[in-house]
Amino acid sequence: MADEIGINGDNAVALAWKQIDPDVCAAYPITPQTIIVETFSEYVANGDVGTEFVCVESEHSALTVCVAAASAGARTFTATASQGLAYMWEMLPIASAMRVPIVMAVANRTLSGPINIHNDHGDAMSARDCGWVMIFAENVQEAYDNAVMAPRIAEHPDVQLPVMANLDGFILTHAIERMRPLDTAVVRKFVGEHKPLHPLLDWKKPVSHGLMDGPEDYYRHKYQMVEAMEKAFGVCEKVFADFAKISGRKYSIVEEYMCDDADCVAVILGSSFGTMKATVDKLRAEGLKVGACMPRVFRPWPAKQLAKVLGGKKAVLVMDKHVGVGAYGPMYPEVVAALAGGKMPKMHNCIYGLGGQDATVAGFEKILKAVASGKAKELSFMGVDV
Amino acid sequence: MAAEKLIVGGRVIEPGKAEQFETGDWRTFTPVLDRELCIDCMTCWIYCPDSSVIVKDSKMMGFKLTHCKGCGICAKMCPKKAITMEEV
Repeated sequence: MADEIGINGDNAVALAWKQIDPDVCAAYPITPQTIIVETFSEYVANGDVGTEFVCVESEHSALTVCVAAASAGARTFTATASQGLAYMWEMLPIASAMRVPIVMAVANRTLSGPINIHNDHGDAMSARDCGWVMIFAENVQEAYDNAVMAPRIAEHPDVQLPVMANLDGFILTHAIERMRPLDTAVVRKFVGEHKPLHPLLDWKKPVSHGLMDGPEDYYRHKYQMVEAMEKAFGVCEKVFADFAKISGRKYSIVEEYMCDDADCVAVILGSSFGTMKATVDKLRAEGLKVGACMPRVFRPWPAKQLAKVLGGKKAVLVMDKHVGVGAYGPMYPEVVAALAGGKMPKMHNCIYGLGGQDATVAGFEKILKAVASGKAKELSFMGVDV
Repeated sequence: MAAEKLIVGGRVIEPGKAEQFETGDWRTFTPVLDRELCIDCMTCWIYCPDSSVIVKDSKMMGFKLTHCKGCGICAKMCPKKAITMEEV
């Protein structure tokens, strides 16, 4: 196994891509994703990979090229963030409905406006119903690991859906952390040969992609996607298990931290999971029985897995790095729904970190203590009323 | 819902499938040929947008209705008024 290196999240993703050597990459630069495609384009220019890099004029075109390339049978990667993902929006449900296993890194950044380039989950959360498998990373190591695992999930015959591998903008994309990459030969073997389903370039078997559906078939094809998402749970578990064998790093659909005996558990996504774990340590030292968990796999939504972790707790705090203005954070109603079948803990939602607001142990401590002591409101806003 | 029998992504995985997709049931008016008036000039065959005019040995044989939408172009263009559109 290779030595540990110091690397930022974007370059870690680019390194994974270099090791995988995809057939096609079409992308447009946007902060904080730019380093991924910038570094990767250097690999292409230097001949380190055989990838066809398509420079496009927009993200809408980037994903359109990816859909076409993947339909043709190419292993296809792209990356974007924020407004770029928003600009792709029209193509997001088309990519998933066409069942092309594109892998896209999203360097999570808030959506303007007001104009802001910093991190929150507004981009990914606003795209959550587009039929993409969505996975999140806590740190640079996980961003790299997710990049290696994503093609296996997307291309699995039972899934055949695009995968969005999220990493927090700046916090992970630009911060240099210590991580241990895998050997290139190990990555190649793990990812394996791409065996596309119904590729357009198989001229001996002519096929058509992207056709029209009437109401009846539209619904049935959507239902097939629902079934594929359900199967993605098993595929993720298998891929995580296989990955543990080559890396020694074992991932779960829902990551848990001190949840077993906890009275109160915080649900949180991405890099803030680490901050929340530090908060849990602090409060445990003070005698509070708290825990934290992170749905690493956000789509498909792991309702059953979360119910297993959170069922029977006294209180649950859902931390959302995005706000459905006029409603709740996006994750909160889904956690409530996941627990609806059993005895409902006291439920709380806290909106934090919008537009790059610092997510700190001090801030998390305040809300988690308020929840643990039964004093928190149902919906609170970090830095505003908590 | 027999979704398992559908090809994923709404793909068509063999050529020539449009032939099997019947669209004639969209039709309100149906072309009816008066063989007595027809001179086999093939004007209807040329104009038909759905290749629904049956021709055999240079003779106009009638209509294949599986794809005919009843647009009436054949009746409109027929120089002998040998085709009428009827609500059947």
